[in-house]
Amino acid sequence: MLVCVPVEETGDDADFGPYLAAARGHVTGTTRLRPASEATTVRAEGGEVLLSDGPYAETREVIAGVDLVEAPDLDAAIALASLHPAVLGGGAIEIRPVWK
Amino acid sequence: MKYMMLVCVDPNADFTDVESVEPWVEENDGRGTRVTGHELRPIAEAVTVRVRGGELLVSDGPFAETKEIIAGFDILECESADEAVAIAAKHPIAKKGAVELRRFADHEFSA
Amino acid sequence: MAAAFRDERAQVVATLIRLTGDWDLAEECAQDAFAAALETWRRDGVPRRPGAWLTMVARNRALDRLRREAVGAAKLQEVIVMRRSEGAPEPDFADDSGIEDDRLRLVFTCCHPALALEARVALTLRTLAGLTTGEIARAFLVPEATMAQRIVRAKRKIRNAGIPFRIPPAHLLPERVTGVLAVVYLLFNEGYSATEGADLVRTGLCAEAIRLGRSLADLMPDEPEALGLLALMLLHDARSAGRTEDGELVTMEHQDRTRWDAAQIEEAEALVERALRRGRPGPYQIQAAIAACHATASTWDDTDWPQIAALYGELARVAPSPVVELNRAVAIGMAEGPAAGLARLAETEGALKDSHLLHATRAEFLRSLGREAEADAAFAQALALVANDQERRHLERRRTNRSM
Repeated sequence: MLVCVPVEETGDDADFGPYLAAARGHVTGTTRLRPASEATTVRAEGGEVLLSDGPYAETREVIAGVDLVEAPDLDAAIALASLHPAVLGGGAIEIRPVWK
Repeated sequence: MKYMMLVCVDPNADFTDVESVEPWVEENDGRGTRVTGHELRPIAEAVTVRVRGGELLVSDGPFAETKEIIAGFDILECESADEAVAIAAKHPIAKKGAVELRRFADHEFSA
Repeated sequence: MAAAFRDERAQVVATLIRLTGDWDLAEECAQDAFAAALETWRRDGVPRRPGAWLTMVARNRALDRLRREAVGAAKLQEVIVMRRSEGAPEPDFADDSGIEDDRLRLVFTCCHPALALEARVALTLRTLAGLTTGEIARAFLVPEATMAQRIVRAKRKIRNAGIPFRIPPAHLLPERVTGVLAVVYLLFNEGYSATEGADLVRTGLCAEAIRLGRSLADLMPDEPEALGLLALMLLHDARSAGRTEDGELVTMEHQDRTRWDAAQIEEAEALVERALRRGRPGPYQIQAAIAACHATASTWDDTDWPQIAALYGELARVAPSPVVELNRAVAIGMAEGPAAGLARLAETEGALKDSHLLHATRAEFLRSLGREAEADAAFAQALALVANDQERRHLERRRTNRSM
């Protein structure tokens, strides 16, 4: 589950209560990332490491965090995502299945 | 310091000549620099969820249309950005796509 | 006293950053220390080791501020541990090899490749050269608020992304040194491309770049490319007085060579020799060697063109680029005649077909060969592509003045 928020949104006042209550037992890992403006993108070409300041793609919304969810199906994952403050506060959650 | 490493690829690129990621995973698991990681299923299977005005909006596909998409991620535990960059640069996808490094925020929400 | 301040500032700030990890606190405490020095030194005279004095005062100031503001228990802890490890209330500054390294740490951190290039440049000028945000903003023709934001963002990224304050380990060093030198050369070129009047602030960048180049050559005495870059900048700068006449650009061929700075050329020549003796030639050393050939020739025609052509060949090998190939063709044309130059040019045309320089060069060769109609067509192509007004006027003069 990729947690996406509008670029300059900090979301410090977000209410995680309902999400955390629903997530108990389903979320096996959670991370909140520092802003995309502090990202560094790494590429390697012909043995040379190329760095660039910022995220790999300039987009209106950026990934602010990643949660690993163990859900019986997509609907369960969507239900969980719909409680996340990012989804309620103008952002979005991208749900991506993990390779088994 | 913990870093999220987002592994990004152009899905239309040819991956037949990309080396296996296994040696990279083994080396970094062995050194304790890789906490966890997963390859994600194709972007076509992504679903994006939004709630607007109390209404749940579910759309097919990723949150943003970009040339390169996130194909997987790894969580790294490193001494510094330099170490994270060095590890990221050795990931086979760095030669093909890009690897974005983002440090973890200091506080975490526990589920 | 002002000179001592400027020279010591980067050193003091660098040491304070290492000790506190806080860039803003470091700059503020350095400022406080200089204010204290102004008062004390006027009364008691400049101490024997002004840098050590300033560092000590700034360090005590930082400790006081961290204590008073209790910015964070962990941060305070660090400083206390740092103090304790020194063992004595009077810190011993006899061995300042570690302190000397702080400036180099600062150089590498300011020029870290995870920062955007414009951020590296701004941070280098602010923190290493000690320019004010307003001065940097004027030099890069952006509003002061924009530049302030750029610097704040860069410092934030250094802190939050975990960019280390250190001299890179050996396996990263060559690449990082190249990055640092590139930032300094970029600064120099920003200044060099500005010529007069309203651009005076920008021309000041040349002096800043040379000053930074000197300290890099001091800090990295074993790095021949650092010497090469310093020599290259000194040589360009030594010729700058001859570059314009009555506001018009004068090509090197027609410059009054008596206006070149002979002493500076001599200094640079010695640097080039010292660098090349190390037997590890690189792009800056080779470019400096080429510039030295030009600077020491008594006239355009007396220039050692075969040597310059050979050096461009070497440069094309270590740092290939279409512009290098173009210059190589010019040198070959001078050394072996316009027909040889034209033949060489034909091999590079693809990459530079949109550059006015390629067409202008071709035009000059064609004219030397008496192929006037083709020369005129090439000048027309060059004029259609040129963007800079000064260069346009120069090309127009060349096109009509057939005797030159």
